[in-house]
Amino acid sequence: MGSSELKRSKDSVESARWSSFPDEVLERVLSLLKSHRDRSSVSLVCKDWYNAERWSRTHVFIGNCYSVSPEIVARRFPRIRSVTLKGKPRFSDFNLVPENWGADIHAWLVVFAAKYPFLEELRLKRMAISDESLEFLAISFPNFKALSLLSCDGFSTNGLAAIATHCKNLTELDIQENGIDDKGGSWLSCFPESFTSLEVLNFANLTSDINFDALEKLVGRCKSMRVLKLNRSVSLEQLQRLLVSAPQLAELGTGSFSQELTIREYEELESTLSICKNMHTLSGLWDAKGIYLPALYPACSHLTFLNLSYAALQSVELAKLLAHCPRLKRLWVLDTVEDKGLEAVGLNCPLLEELRVFPADPFDDEIVHGVTEAGFVAVSFGCPRLHYVLYFCRQMTNAAVATIVQNCPDFTHFRLCIMNPGQPDYLTNEPMDEAFGAVVKTCTKLQRLSVSGLLTDLTFEYIGRYAKNLETLSVAFAGRSDWGMQCVLGGCPKLRKLEIRDCPFGNAALLSGLEKYESMRSLWMSACNVTMNGCRLLAREMPRLNVEVMKEDGSDESQADKVYVYRSIAGPRRDAPPSVLTL
Amino acid sequence: MSKPIEHDYIGLSEQPLPSMEKSSDTNDKKNGLRLKDTELRLGLPGSDSPEREDHDQNVLSLKSFVSGSKRGFSDALDGGRKWVFPGGSGGGSEGLFSPRRSGNNNGGNDLSEPDSGLDGSVSKDGAAHKPLVVQEKKSHVGNTAPASKAQVVGWPPIRSFRKNTMASHPLKSDDDDNAEAKLGSGCLYVKVSMDGAPYLRKVDLKIYGSYKELSSALEKMFSCFTIGQCGSHGVSSRDGLSESRLIDLLHGSEYVLTYEDKDGDWMLVGDVPWEMFTNSCKRLRIMKSAEAIGLAPRAMEKCKNRI
Repeated sequence: MGSSELKRSKDSVESARWSSFPDEVLERVLSLLKSHRDRSSVSLVCKDWYNAERWSRTHVFIGNCYSVSPEIVARRFPRIRSVTLKGKPRFSDFNLVPENWGADIHAWLVVFAAKYPFLEELRLKRMAISDESLEFLAISFPNFKALSLLSCDGFSTNGLAAIATHCKNLTELDIQENGIDDKGGSWLSCFPESFTSLEVLNFANLTSDINFDALEKLVGRCKSMRVLKLNRSVSLEQLQRLLVSAPQLAELGTGSFSQELTIREYEELESTLSICKNMHTLSGLWDAKGIYLPALYPACSHLTFLNLSYAALQSVELAKLLAHCPRLKRLWVLDTVEDKGLEAVGLNCPLLEELRVFPADPFDDEIVHGVTEAGFVAVSFGCPRLHYVLYFCRQMTNAAVATIVQNCPDFTHFRLCIMNPGQPDYLTNEPMDEAFGAVVKTCTKLQRLSVSGLLTDLTFEYIGRYAKNLETLSVAFAGRSDWGMQCVLGGCPKLRKLEIRDCPFGNAALLSGLEKYESMRSLWMSACNVTMNGCRLLAREMPRLNVEVMKEDGSDESQADKVYVYRSIAGPRRDAPPSVLTL
Repeated sequence: MSKPIEHDYIGLSEQPLPSMEKSSDTNDKKNGLRLKDTELRLGLPGSDSPEREDHDQNVLSLKSFVSGSKRGFSDALDGGRKWVFPGGSGGGSEGLFSPRRSGNNNGGNDLSEPDSGLDGSVSKDGAAHKPLVVQEKKSHVGNTAPASKAQVVGWPPIRSFRKNTMASHPLKSDDDDNAEAKLGSGCLYVKVSMDGAPYLRKVDLKIYGSYKELSSALEKMFSCFTIGQCGSHGVSSRDGLSESRLIDLLHGSEYVLTYEDKDGDWMLVGDVPWEMFTNSCKRLRIMKSAEAIGLAPRAMEKCKNRI
């Protein structure tokens, strides 16, 4: 604390005139601030506040790992205990970003090991992390408590073994939807017998069988466990045994829900589940058989989040289940439930705030199953509090969307994916412009929007004019000319992330946002009409932006196939692979 | 509008939309220039459409189920009603879908595909096809035709984990034409496709008692795809279309209803008694009448052989 005392007294002398708050009080107050945006605002007030804020900050959120360097972060924030880092552009989730693009965590870990030896939490999204890095992490931070990896890649279960072996104080191990090389389930056996601190364990993403015995013992001795998400290899019978030792679970992800059970086994399962009165989140339910779902009913009374996106339920099954979930706020389903299932949602879940409907057969072009606009409309009538929706469908109409937003004007996240690119309103054959016009005009709180269907520039005129709070916009196969993109860049004062693919936007559009990009986190444009010259011009005009182009094999010399533009105070990155050109 | 308005299938004329203020002039010009490219054409690869490059090779094994030959369609199309996809997607809209933008036509190749794609679908193992018309629809504003079973990279936007999970462990049982047996044994669902329409529908043959009922149901189902056509007759596309006009379209010069029977042959609907039809129909297709010319005699012969 010595150096900080010195520092503080120096600052007080300098700014005694300005600040009426003693630094100690200020720091105390600021330490209560959790939101990193509030903290950013605070740090801009004056030098005193800037310093008080940086000394009191314990968690840093870095939305783009290349916008800043680990050294700069460490210099500004000396007392960090928790780091959240995001790396690759979001379209890397859909294979649009080349392999080895970057976002490797290792350089960060090296700096953290030196500057933040007491680091406790690391949450990574779309970063590349190797087994070596995981091992380095495990041995460098004796206090390490929480590791969360979402949509990351580059590691295997060996890395997890290193974490399990060395992190004596681990409370959270959350491995979600990663490109992980699953070499087997033995990693779970690496938790020592003396290890009892785990509160969150999520390995639903892994496919291999784990040693159930080791898992059972682990769950048995970690009395504070509140989140347990199993992988598909765990059977119903095994689930029942685990629940017996962990009835306190607040979040449960089952394994496979389809074993052949005897009557007695079923009754055992049912009675075990009925003890789980704390459960507010339920997921997993792989291969769920309708006949076993009733076993869940007693555990559903306090459910607020139900994730059925890996359970291909039919409408009747869903309806029966939802009748037992009156408190549901978040629901994820597959479109096997069809419109009838969504009607049941509207009838049974008046408190619903978030709905995500995933396609069971996204690559099947024939309309056989799935949801339509009718299902969405039905939900909107029954769930006025709906504010987050992700909806994959094969048909939609402007009128339906207008009705939906009239019923639910509080949308903050509206992500509609009409799966056939460029498909119009199927009743009127018009573009879907008016649908998204209705969304942005009615939903004034809208922060995130994904558009789809046949869209002209009019959609973007609407967005630019009305979407005052929009921060993230995703566009694919839409628009008619540069004007569309220009409207968005010229409007949308709070725009932070713009990702565009396969649209007829060219250099004029790209260059119309010069100043705008510095207030944004990033811009992605792929398969548009932007050329290398356009990108070079952008890079030249805006030195504080990193302009990166990814070329594809066999494409035109002059075309900029994929462009990623982001602001950075760290300068151009030095770890780009050959396929990524920094201009 | 001094000349007949050529409508694309969504009812948009080649006149610019009122909303397209800025670049409408260039759009016009570009649309005009590219109209020829966006014409629906038939023809074996290499014939009748010299601009088409290698993309048709993607559409493998064209099996001409209609008495062999296809003819250039462009003459049939001149003068108004075209089944044109909105190939003009605005100024400079080359290469929306494809990294390869050099020297490609906008839509020309793709529009040939609905027919060829559906031809491909009528292979002997009828069930194995993927309706290319839908695939084609995905790239209607692009120029590179994807290979017949290729999908657009990264679309729909589903994370790999979810994609792989569903691929390796199908979450539901295999779909066949009678998967709706879940609903009971009294259903007979068959897929119905319409040339140029972007996606298929399914109908339950058991709920109809006659050909008339079936055809009115189909007309209603597919009327949205014919609105563009009607518009050019001078009927406003927003008014309710009179039934007779639809019937004209469906049974008049424009379209015929055909079906694939148990043997995999394509026949005209209406030639055999209704019961026989429902027992042998595996799939329906609303085909352009020009294509169906060779069908009738075969259907008759076949019936004679059967009976």
